[in-house]
Amino acid sequence: MSGYRIQGESGEWEMVVGLEIHAQVVSNAKLFSDAPTDFGAEANTQVSLVDAAMPGMLPVINGECVKQAVRTGLALGAKINLYSVFDRKNYFYPDLPPGYQISQFSQPIVGKGEIEIDLENGETRLIGITRLHLEMDAGKSIHDMRPDATCVDLNRAGVALMEIVSEPDIRSPEEAGAYIRKVRSIVRSIGSCDGNMEQGSLRCDANVSMRRPGAPLGTRCEIKNVNSVRFVMKALEYEALRQVEILEEGGKINQQTRLFDANQGVTRNMRSKEEAHDYRYFPDPDLLPLELDADWVEQLRQELPELPDAKRQRFKTEYDLSADDAGVLVAERETAEYFEQVAAGRDGKLAANWVMGELFAALNAAGLEIAASPVSAAQLGGLVDRVADNTLSRRIAKEVFEIMFESGGEADAIIEAQGLKQVSDSGAIEAVVDQIIADNPDKVAEYKSGRDKLMGWFVGQVMKASQGKVNPQMANDMLNKKLNG
Amino acid sequence: MSALTDLTITSARAGLDAREFSARELTEAHIAAAEAARELNTLVFETFDLARARADAADKRLAAGEGSLLEGVPLAIKDLYCTRGVHSTACSHILDGFEPPYESTVTENLWREGAVMLGKANMDEFAMGSANVTSYYGNVINPWRRQGDDKPLVPGGSSGGSAAAVAAHMALGATGTDTGGSIRQPAAFCGIVGLKPTYGRCSRWGLIAFASSLDQAGPLTRSVEDAALMLRAMAGYDAKDSTSVDVPVPDYVAALNGDVKGLRVGVPAEYRLDGMPEEIETLWRQGTEWFKAAGAEIVDISLPHTKYSLPTYYIVAPAECSSNLARYDGVRFGLREADSDLTHMYERTRAKGFGAEVQRRIMIGTYVLSAGYYDAYYLKAQKLRTLIARDFQTAFEKVDVVLTPTAPSAAFAIGEKMDDPIAMYLNDIFTVPASMAGLPGISVPAGLSNDGLPLGLQLLGQPFDEARMLNAAQFLETAAAFTAQPAWLTERAG
Repeated sequence: MSGYRIQGESGEWEMVVGLEIHAQVVSNAKLFSDAPTDFGAEANTQVSLVDAAMPGMLPVINGECVKQAVRTGLALGAKINLYSVFDRKNYFYPDLPPGYQISQFSQPIVGKGEIEIDLENGETRLIGITRLHLEMDAGKSIHDMRPDATCVDLNRAGVALMEIVSEPDIRSPEEAGAYIRKVRSIVRSIGSCDGNMEQGSLRCDANVSMRRPGAPLGTRCEIKNVNSVRFVMKALEYEALRQVEILEEGGKINQQTRLFDANQGVTRNMRSKEEAHDYRYFPDPDLLPLELDADWVEQLRQELPELPDAKRQRFKTEYDLSADDAGVLVAERETAEYFEQVAAGRDGKLAANWVMGELFAALNAAGLEIAASPVSAAQLGGLVDRVADNTLSRRIAKEVFEIMFESGGEADAIIEAQGLKQVSDSGAIEAVVDQIIADNPDKVAEYKSGRDKLMGWFVGQVMKASQGKVNPQMANDMLNKKLNG
Repeated sequence: MSALTDLTITSARAGLDAREFSARELTEAHIAAAEAARELNTLVFETFDLARARADAADKRLAAGEGSLLEGVPLAIKDLYCTRGVHSTACSHILDGFEPPYESTVTENLWREGAVMLGKANMDEFAMGSANVTSYYGNVINPWRRQGDDKPLVPGGSSGGSAAAVAAHMALGATGTDTGGSIRQPAAFCGIVGLKPTYGRCSRWGLIAFASSLDQAGPLTRSVEDAALMLRAMAGYDAKDSTSVDVPVPDYVAALNGDVKGLRVGVPAEYRLDGMPEEIETLWRQGTEWFKAAGAEIVDISLPHTKYSLPTYYIVAPAECSSNLARYDGVRFGLREADSDLTHMYERTRAKGFGAEVQRRIMIGTYVLSAGYYDAYYLKAQKLRTLIARDFQTAFEKVDVVLTPTAPSAAFAIGEKMDDPIAMYLNDIFTVPASMAGLPGISVPAGLSNDGLPLGLQLLGQPFDEARMLNAAQFLETAAAFTAQPAWLTERAG
């Protein structure tokens, strides 16, 4: 149990949070029409007659979206409901052409599930999933394009979303962050959502209330449409303090829908309970109930790729990695795949060090995703091979990596071209060592009189004289033999 | 009056095949009839030039021996059907100027079979009405008049323009839509045949929606055989309508043989209403006699939840319409009453764009779906709907078809029942139950009222068993030998 508490004048307060994640489904077309869903297309170019709610147009469910929702439900360890119903959620807004959103209200496609989240202190917690349902997205209202009018872009209208609702099991901003990252990692690993929060393909609503530890639930506020993990955490921190301040003064929390202002770091009231819509949900008569075949669901379960938790466990045992390192490597499917290619037939730990060390640092500095890495997994593997077989010292290997990252190419070719091969020929090393000993009789005397620390200096001299190409272990051994022998 | 306009679809098709006349001549005759009948206000938008072009194309195909089912047959199309590039407004002000860039599946099917569109038929606004008096384009006048009374009568509704156009011999047939009786009741009021197929038989794609779980396309014709022919052309599974059903469409015409020997005809006790006019009761009894005389078996049946049909319908249909009509918001098409802020634009557009009856039903529907009322109204209505359907299922274990009157009265005068929505709603008392159960139904003109107006008898069939229902209907048609003509025609002929 998380120890996150807000300390008030009158005692401690505990945070209770439930999250609703809206994840855009990766699919060939919209939820109820055949219009494409590519991000960033010119306004109103991805709109079918159905999306624009022209008279007489009818929705037809896209099987691909259903499949993705079921796969996601399975990946969340949740119950798949073989019978579910689409309902209309009625409200007027210009970016909602039919005047209703087709969603699932009382009978969603996915029921209860549970996921494990990992906390900074190494603990894990189980967070309950209440449900997952399919619904269509609205379009976008653009208020600042023309001074006299609001413009509407319907490209997003009708795009399939999965709304993943958590139980109110989250107790701190950290847990909220870990939960979102875990869900994101799961949907990305199975390819049901690209998880891109900047492009809005993953958005989050947070329900927050405060209570005395262990007391019944307090009145909650909902913070709408937060589009980054960091913002969710910040919004929760702010909202907790705001609510505690009211409660400490003996006030009551008004049930409200609030918006997070990322610039100011505050939440603001959008509408109170009294202004809440009456959505008049009812089953959409244009759509039949959705009935799934149990065998089909089972087949999807069989076909699911390895999930992040299982993958992390495997990385720990198969590659002898720490839990943290394994966790980092499985967080993104692309990273895990890259790592496994590098590690294939090689030392897992060494591969992990190179991926998480040099590669991550270089990608980070260049602002690149791993999928766009200039050094392919096979190429990095080639470099790791030369480190493992002592062709390269670690220092030279880093230089080779930099060249590969900047200009491309295979490690072997670069080593050859630049003559960077580590010297492991004992005769050649002996000659260098002898030379250093001959040139520095005073240091030799000092060493022999007991200054053991000078050994490092001798090694350094050997490396310097060989421009780092000498195998440091062999140089060390040779020096030992000569000076102590 | 040209004889070409007195043909049935079937005889016109035979005449075209025999080259007795051309499709162009057939169409010109109907255009002339339509022009002469403008005072009936059946067409809200005439497409005569389009009709001529299509007729010419039909003549080419006929000459090449490639005439299809409805090749060269001029039809009136209810304004609820979206027709590409042509006025499609559901006779509502809110869809002013709307010309869809798409064609409804059913009309597409008709054009594929060679049919010719004369124009868009008048109707109650968004199909909400039983007298065709809620149209933005004004009421339709029934070609029939009471004996010795010049008062203009309503044609029934909502497919009033379609029914009157066929009855006035302006079109060989027409499309209608039936949500609670909107094909069958006007057919009865106008002395023609009106067929509502099983829910799911015809695609709803491109039909401007009123109540999605009830709306169904169907034909209005002057013979049962014509109805069978048109249905064959209109029906079929459509992947674009999730509620359309993928079952084969039989050759309904081929299945007509007029033989009802051994047919079990159910007569529901609950349709015998207090205060029902004697002439309706008499006609109904006459209908059973005809069947009995031909060797059919008359079976008394009970449909105990019948009395809940109308109240249930007036919860379910408005609920769906309140949501279906939300898209008419002034944002993307049709009427917009501009205002400085969004809410006022919505309010002014919808207040001006929708007529009183449509507004009433939107408000009823909004109410019954509201938090706190949903369970008491909408949910309860859905449960009753299940019970109503079960009544029929049980009855159909014992019978093949059900025989009832189509409407509780003959056509009434314009102005009557107008101030009392409930009295108006009662028009659909015999047609609504089958709509709630999704069953096919057909109205056949079977006799005249005491003041000389047509009365219809209704046959209901089992789901997707239109063939058997049509066969019984054809028998009824033959037995009734209904030959009376509306005053509007006889006066011009004479």
